[in-house]
Amino acid sequence: MRRVAIVGAGLTKFYRNTQETPKELAYEATKMALDSCEMTLSDINCVVHGTAPDAFDGVHMKGEYLSDASGGLRKPYMRHFVGGGTGVFSPIHGWFHVASGMFDTCLVVCEEKMSAAYPHPAGAFLTIFDHTTEQPLYPTLIYIFAIEMNRFMTTHGYRKEDIALVAVKNKKNAMNHPSAQLPGEITVQDVLNSEIMAWPVNRLDISPTSDGAAAILLASEDVARRITEKPIWMDGVGFCLDTAYWCTRDLYYPDYLEVAARQAYKMAGIKEPSKEIHVAEPYDPFTYKELHHIEGLMLAPRGKSVQMLVDGAFNRDGNLPTSPSGGLLGVGNPIAAAGLMKIIEIYLQLKGEAGKRQIPGKPTCGVANAWGDLMQVGTVVVMRS
Amino acid sequence: MTKRVAIVGVGTTGFRATTPDVSYRELTYEAATKAYFEAGIEPKEVDAFVATSEDFLEGYSISDEYSPDQLGAVLKPIYTIPGDFIHSLACAQMMILSGIGDIMVVQGMSKASNMLTISEMVSFAMDPIYNRPLKESPHVVAGMEMARFLYETGTTREQCAKVVVKNKRNALSNPLAGHGVLIDANYVLKSETVSFPLTRMDISPHSDGAVVLVLAEEKRAKALSDKPIWIRGIGWCSDTPGLETRNWGEAIYAQMAAEMAYKMAGIRYPRKEIDFAEVNDEFSYKELQHLEAMRICKKGEAGPLTEMGGTEINGEIAVNPSGGCLGVGNLFELNGGQKVLEVVRQLRGEAGKNQLKNVTTGLAQSWRGIPTTTGTVVILSN
Repeated sequence: MRRVAIVGAGLTKFYRNTQETPKELAYEATKMALDSCEMTLSDINCVVHGTAPDAFDGVHMKGEYLSDASGGLRKPYMRHFVGGGTGVFSPIHGWFHVASGMFDTCLVVCEEKMSAAYPHPAGAFLTIFDHTTEQPLYPTLIYIFAIEMNRFMTTHGYRKEDIALVAVKNKKNAMNHPSAQLPGEITVQDVLNSEIMAWPVNRLDISPTSDGAAAILLASEDVARRITEKPIWMDGVGFCLDTAYWCTRDLYYPDYLEVAARQAYKMAGIKEPSKEIHVAEPYDPFTYKELHHIEGLMLAPRGKSVQMLVDGAFNRDGNLPTSPSGGLLGVGNPIAAAGLMKIIEIYLQLKGEAGKRQIPGKPTCGVANAWGDLMQVGTVVVMRS
Repeated sequence: MTKRVAIVGVGTTGFRATTPDVSYRELTYEAATKAYFEAGIEPKEVDAFVATSEDFLEGYSISDEYSPDQLGAVLKPIYTIPGDFIHSLACAQMMILSGIGDIMVVQGMSKASNMLTISEMVSFAMDPIYNRPLKESPHVVAGMEMARFLYETGTTREQCAKVVVKNKRNALSNPLAGHGVLIDANYVLKSETVSFPLTRMDISPHSDGAVVLVLAEEKRAKALSDKPIWIRGIGWCSDTPGLETRNWGEAIYAQMAAEMAYKMAGIRYPRKEIDFAEVNDEFSYKELQHLEAMRICKKGEAGPLTEMGGTEINGEIAVNPSGGCLGVGNLFELNGGQKVLEVVRQLRGEAGKNQLKNVTTGLAQSWRGIPTTTGTVVILSN
């Protein structure tokens, strides 16, 4: 197995209703990633593209549409898709290309323009449910996440005001992120007083609708060492899907994530994740999801994540900083690009180039995960400096 | 590359114009169970799965959700490629080469009969700013491309019509194909013009079906199958998606994908080293254009070769012995899967009445359809 490193990264600003077309967003991130390591498209052997439902951008075969803007013109170019987990799956797909020995360099691009769906991208989610058993009930995404959050809270006896601390922490972390869409200093009371979308989910428990793009560059070991002095290694990858029949599962624990995390930890040789991992970017489209994923990643014992949160362990200066970027709640959630944003944050933290967001103590090992589809996808990447 | 990868099990439902009796999940389930049975494995022995689907074609915003259950892939590594089946095949091969596991499964499915507005959906694949406002039907793009191809190469409409005649006849003796018929070139030329010079019969009809393949690394492959079919080379490439920036006469994507596959397989003279080819023929002229792009024919040679019967089952180099898209049906993302399936059947000697004699190397090529310029190629040997 060849070692694969991340050698460059680019990230556009995340915001709602960008004037840029999807192609322009993808181009901007791609160019930034290439410039960050002084490479040009002629140095790139292949391109992989991650982007979530076609319905957002409103383009059928969206991967084809974005191919030239992502640097895929007349190159081996392939799109992959695992719903919301696509962002963190993107470097995994790129990893296959390089680790297999078929290519030496791979450009990984993610783009999402959710605001193109009018009046609201939530409409695109109406057709994600089973046509026979679920769609007649008119479910929305927030309803099913409210069910999951409720189950998570009830099983462990978590209180809503404690979970709200995730929003407070992440939005504060995002104050230092140049791409952030919704940074801010808020209080637990602000979260609890915000509009109830579907109890127990309030408006401030949810990440925003965003447009944006992100890109990274992967290289095999010998090439990476020529490009940069500080390559960040992708040492473990894992991915997994649970059943689409989500009603048949106990939603209090993300089994799919544990399975994926165990694959990644095994590959990276990690035996005690909570001790060996210094920084984490758990997927946080909803406040409770960050805690849910911290438990699924085995960074906190089941039922203990909230106590650690209240104790400040997940703060930027805590024992195990989580979402130091500001996460999806603070930086924004252009689905696939948001996942890759998390990978880029770990990359910068391990490189020691996260600026004001840099966590203390020179971290050398980090993990990021993403989640998607009908609460069934786990994608995990373990990175080391 | 140190490891070799082989196809050790194939399963298919066959391809029919409509399948009201089964859902898309049942199609995949049938193909998967057949493939697992043939390879002699249980789905729990599989290390990772790759599914192939495109949201708009499945009618789900996130079609990836419904990939694991009917494949037996619940809580297993699985992901979706919104691309051609051969893209997914490449992914499975790369996963084996990178050490993720030894046994992989690739799935592809078409339920085209469920789609009521195919033409409108394809229009949605056009660039929303530069191309969609032209309100052209997808067939206009094919018509323009055909006109340019005929002009540049000197190929005639009669030669394109011969492709239709040949493929639909081949399909008659392929039990998996759903659109076989005996017609003559005149019938094709006289059928309704859709977008000049493209006629109704130049366009492949749609079909439903599913294909599942089981892949294994060399050691396991030899243990699992006494007729493993080896992947010798694989390639994929995307040219420009814009209508305004493409080269209308040539299939550059097919050329570049083929060169990538040839390089991996160590093939220098494709015409000599490849025994037969399953080539994308969604439109009749596409078969000829792709043959020329892949150096199987010289520029302008594919038409006359077809006219003289050089691409018939008993010809110099058989092309689309299965009946191709024109005879089997256009299967969208599964097009490449049907091609690979036929190459495997031929190399194993299981192609029945259409069996070619003494074949050892076959090529399967696919294209993602209007308006894309994305092509894939795989070279298989027994």
